[in-house]
Amino acid sequence: MAVENSGKVNYLDALTAGLWRENPTFRLLIGMCPPLAVTTAVKPALTMGLSVIFVMVCSNIAISLMRNLLKPHLRIIMFTLSIATFVTICDIYLRAFQPVMSKILGAYVPLIIVNCLIIFRAEACASKTNVCASILDALGSGVGFTIALCIIAGIREILASGTFAGVAVMPRGFVPWAVLSMPAGAFITLGLLLGLVSLLTRKRR
Amino acid sequence: MGFLSVVIVNNFVFTKFLGTCPYLGVSGRLDTAFGMGLAVTFVTALSGITTWLIDFYVLVPLGLEITRYICYIVVIAGMVQLVEMYVKKFFPPLYKSFGIFLPLISTNCVILGLCLFINIWGTDNLLEVAVLSTGTGVGFAVAICIMAAIRENLILADVPESFKGAPITLITAGLLTLAFMGFTGMIK
Repeated sequence: MAVENSGKVNYLDALTAGLWRENPTFRLLIGMCPPLAVTTAVKPALTMGLSVIFVMVCSNIAISLMRNLLKPHLRIIMFTLSIATFVTICDIYLRAFQPVMSKILGAYVPLIIVNCLIIFRAEACASKTNVCASILDALGSGVGFTIALCIIAGIREILASGTFAGVAVMPRGFVPWAVLSMPAGAFITLGLLLGLVSLLTRKRR
Repeated sequence: MGFLSVVIVNNFVFTKFLGTCPYLGVSGRLDTAFGMGLAVTFVTALSGITTWLIDFYVLVPLGLEITRYICYIVVIAGMVQLVEMYVKKFFPPLYKSFGIFLPLISTNCVILGLCLFINIWGTDNLLEVAVLSTGTGVGFAVAICIMAAIRENLILADVPESFKGAPITLITAGLLTLAFMGFTGMIK
């Protein structure tokens, strides 16, 4: 957590925590829908990651500003309402300027509203700390999330269709692993990656 | 047919990855998973119908589609609150065993996902909406119960050290999805 017991805020820690130590996808296992659903290719994954960063930074700012007015039992609904507002903005922007991506991502853009990651960051950080730390925290987690999305999407796109972000990278005669572009492939890729991550972290300990 | 389609062939958990968080998080024990599945089915059915009514009779005639997501979220949160109050009043032991998971249903992707997909599919008939909403909830309950039953047996299996916990659960989910892919194309 970025907030220490003494109440002091460590800004550098807030920014870097989300990258690896508290990486939302690989370490905390929250917000698991997008890493499975939009990672058939790198471009949609990147678009999704950037949208999540935008929504998370904006909602963390809003929630951090109203943190002293929140009533405990109305907390979650206030979080989701402010997130829903920014997701609407993001959805309209994508539909106007990135129509292809908007069509590919489809219902998964509005589904950012119920992404556990954003609500978790709002609950764990923005409702407790000042605006500056909340922005850094959102940026850190968001970038960590985007990197995780791109790694999964990269593996799946290279192996399932032999391309990376639309550019062919595999040698001719490569037989695509079609299963990786299907739902089952998403679960298995992420499962193997998580196994790898836990192997790495265990060795370091 | 629509009912079977969303329960088995186009199950939201297996084909659209919606509700993956509770699917992986709450599926440790069969009885909790079953209760969770029932609660989600109830909320999904109610909010699917309500959001469709609001969308069809209020938002579209008034040209307020831009506030759609906010309305959906408010309806879902209200429904979850309703279920919570009902369970608390009439089934106190069940309420205790749910704990924090009950209010968290409002952030379950299955429910919002269903409301959005009903909109995308362009369903224009209340009966169809009711069938699809209930079916989606039942589909989620089926998926989470199968998963919980497998995981209860997985405890006895000899899993490599670094794959214990989440990784093996995800791989199991992958194989389960592979099995359900056998139904692809059977209905619509």
